[in-house]
Amino acid sequence: MNIFLVLTFSGVALGAIYFLAASGLSLIYGLMDVLNFAHGLFMTLGAYAGYEVATRLPSSLGAPTLIVLAIIGATLGGGLAAGITELVLIRPLYGKPISQILITIGLDLAVVGLLMGGFGSTALQIPVPLWLIEPTHIGGVFIPNANFLAIGGGAVVLLGLEWFLSRTRYGIIIRAGVENREMVRALGIDVGRAFTLVFVIGGAMAGLAGILYTIVFTGDLVSPSQGDSLLIFAFIVVVIGGLGSIRGSAVAALVVALLQEYTSFYIGGHSGWAQIGDLSTVLLLAVVLELRPRGLFGRVA
Amino acid sequence: MRWPSRRIGLLVGGAFLALFIVVPFIGLHVPWVLPGTLDIVNSTGTLEVLALCFMFAGVAVGYDMMFGYTGLMSLGPVLFFATGTYVFDIALTRWEWALLPALLLTLGVSLALAVVLGAVALRVHGIAFAMVTLAFAQAFYFLVESNPHNLTAGDTGLSLSYTRLPSFLSGAVSNTRNLYWIALAFLVIAYAVVWLVTESVTGRVFVAIRENERRLDVLGVRPFRFKLVSFVVSSLIATGGGVVYILVIGTAVPSVVASTTVTLSILIMVVLGGAGTRWGAVVGAMVYVYLQQYLDKVGAEPSFTRLPAVLRVPLSEPQFLLGAIFVLFVLFAPGGIASLVVRHRSRRALGAPALSSLIRKV
Amino acid sequence: MTNAIEINDLHVTIAGSHILQGVSLIVPSGGVTAILGRNGVGKTTTLRAILGLVASSGQIKVFDHEVSSWPTHRIVRLGIGYVPEDRDVFSGLTVEENLRLAESGAEVQYDEVFSLFPELKKRGRQRAGTLSGGQQQMLSIARALLNNRPLLLVDEPSKGLAPKIVGEFAGVLERAAEHSTVLLVEQNLSVVKRLAQRIVVLDHGEVVHRGEARDLDDPTLVRQLLGVTGAA
Repeated sequence: MNIFLVLTFSGVALGAIYFLAASGLSLIYGLMDVLNFAHGLFMTLGAYAGYEVATRLPSSLGAPTLIVLAIIGATLGGGLAAGITELVLIRPLYGKPISQILITIGLDLAVVGLLMGGFGSTALQIPVPLWLIEPTHIGGVFIPNANFLAIGGGAVVLLGLEWFLSRTRYGIIIRAGVENREMVRALGIDVGRAFTLVFVIGGAMAGLAGILYTIVFTGDLVSPSQGDSLLIFAFIVVVIGGLGSIRGSAVAALVVALLQEYTSFYIGGHSGWAQIGDLSTVLLLAVVLELRPRGLFGRVA
Repeated sequence: MRWPSRRIGLLVGGAFLALFIVVPFIGLHVPWVLPGTLDIVNSTGTLEVLALCFMFAGVAVGYDMMFGYTGLMSLGPVLFFATGTYVFDIALTRWEWALLPALLLTLGVSLALAVVLGAVALRVHGIAFAMVTLAFAQAFYFLVESNPHNLTAGDTGLSLSYTRLPSFLSGAVSNTRNLYWIALAFLVIAYAVVWLVTESVTGRVFVAIRENERRLDVLGVRPFRFKLVSFVVSSLIATGGGVVYILVIGTAVPSVVASTTVTLSILIMVVLGGAGTRWGAVVGAMVYVYLQQYLDKVGAEPSFTRLPAVLRVPLSEPQFLLGAIFVLFVLFAPGGIASLVVRHRSRRALGAPALSSLIRKV
Repeated sequence: MTNAIEINDLHVTIAGSHILQGVSLIVPSGGVTAILGRNGVGKTTTLRAILGLVASSGQIKVFDHEVSSWPTHRIVRLGIGYVPEDRDVFSGLTVEENLRLAESGAEVQYDEVFSLFPELKKRGRQRAGTLSGGQQQMLSIARALLNNRPLLLVDEPSKGLAPKIVGEFAGVLERAAEHSTVLLVEQNLSVVKRLAQRIVVLDHGEVVHRGEARDLDDPTLVRQLLGVTGAA
């Protein structure tokens, strides 16, 4: 039971990170039909931006301030990278969805290569305050505090995103565009701006996901291809949740992450199949597609 | 410039084939073409690089049939490539089977996998298909990594045991040229299969599916079985490539032969060369693999390390250069190398009359 | 300004099918011009080409602007209200949100729209996807009328609706036509006869007849052009 609780907390924390990564991917896909392979790159860039902020600012600011600034830097960095990507690479290819996918693949390859050249392929350590390493005592178990940071981050973004999408004009444009982009244009609205905005929002969330993942799961280490390994799970979450659905992404992120944590401990721990947790997420995907090809919350086309 | 007739294509292809067949006998020293120790044309290193080029060219032309002709963007070719390397490797190394049974088992497993996974994945369309195939391939990667029953050796990598192989294939350096010819033969076979399929009525239905799948439905043709054929044939070719890979390289490591990187490389080769042209995929693969090897070696040259960091860092990363070249191609020459060589070539699209006459044939 | 729309030699090819094969037509300012024709002859495609929603070649002038290379939103901002064939209301959005999305500029006429369709005011918080077909059509028309556009493109407003509702919508469009130019695609001949002054008949992607609405009183012509009897 105690272990179950620990696994649950870490699963929800992982789910929060999957949600941050997947919801942007899902919105971008829903609105623009772009399967964004550079999303993993945005996560990685976020983590590196956080690393730069945390290590270049004077340490006299104190570890707690630095980590907060690093998280903000990661979010801004991811958003900035995504915005530039949309304007420079995606925009010239409107109407060519395959080319848009291909260019995100090329970009990911190129920039990850650049990161390997610039920072070296060995991981770098982000300094974090002691509090994040310490655990909190809950129900007879110790939960690492970093878990709460990820869960809190995910929850705040979920609420903020829901508010933005339901209350603001741009939010409504995005929701309408996910449903029927053409009709939004036919109302005289420049969907292109919404495209850039969605990329920026998605990239910012990816950047946040990147640094939170670093803090919670990699022992504060940043490496050039960490985003790409997360990207696979983000894709799985997006398909299970239904392309274009935020709530779908949120639910699917939790389901996938918890399943992964439980199976890798309860099954993988005994039989020596270390990757069984990862494998189970793909099996879940296959089952969901067999029963509901559009995903849990997929729109009806 | 006019699109060269089929005869010119045949001549150029034949000339290159003849040249490549005799390469192992040419002891010329060609500086700069291949840096470092590879500047002798028939050195072991050069033959190995060329064998890799042929192997990927064969896989790429198979992928082109599915992606370029049929319009199916599968992100799972690595699954079948890795099936080729691992099943073959396991049968020879772990179970000590002979060459032929091992090969048949490999192709059989690949066929079964392709039919089942293809049938499941083809239930969804477009991007969802891409994602599902990606997920399947990733599942296979996780499986290989987790080393079930100590079969795959996980991250350590599984070396091919040459003891059960005929002597002309065993790992000895003198046999590199045999492996080179095998890789070349694989490319010729893959190309021939793709040529036969794409030039047949089936191939024209592939193009019709790419152009407008719904209209085929309306005309009463079920695109599903054609897509499955395209998927399965392409997958079997990828498996063949995997077998050639393990023969040439001798070790299977999950991150090298089973990860998504392989899929993306194949996709890039095909697009770089020109999707939907067959020979473009071959050229794209050769250029890609060659550049990858070349850039890797150039980056280690002593003259290079003296460059300032701003230049040295990006230029010594093949992955960066290949990615950047690819981005430029997608932006400015989406038809790939083929479209630069042969301009204004219209993609083979089918008008309504051609399509209905085609349907009567099916 | 004499003509709202001038189209010259318009061609559209979609997925290998040559849908419009050199359509030329003029929509004069004021009143209602109707496009008629059998299913699949290119009526909807013509409207979509005007809006830049499909790729086309040829000339399209809207209020004397050559718009054929413009993006859709820019064309629409010349002052076009569009009621698409299948309503295309955003089903996941509420009625209010649908209308809010259509707002453009300061002159938003909520009062007029709600007086035409009081039902929409009552159902402001309801998701558009849960409305009946007729209510969705109200919303779709309301969206087009909200901004007092000088040009309305209306695609088969009567499709799939009960005769009583069709009459209601015809009345609304009649009033709208008093101050806007209307280009109407419609199969229902009685609606066309009631609203339109001018007609254009398409067949197989070409214009086969241009004339007055009263031409539809000639049963031989109607049968010849539309393959139906004129008694609608």
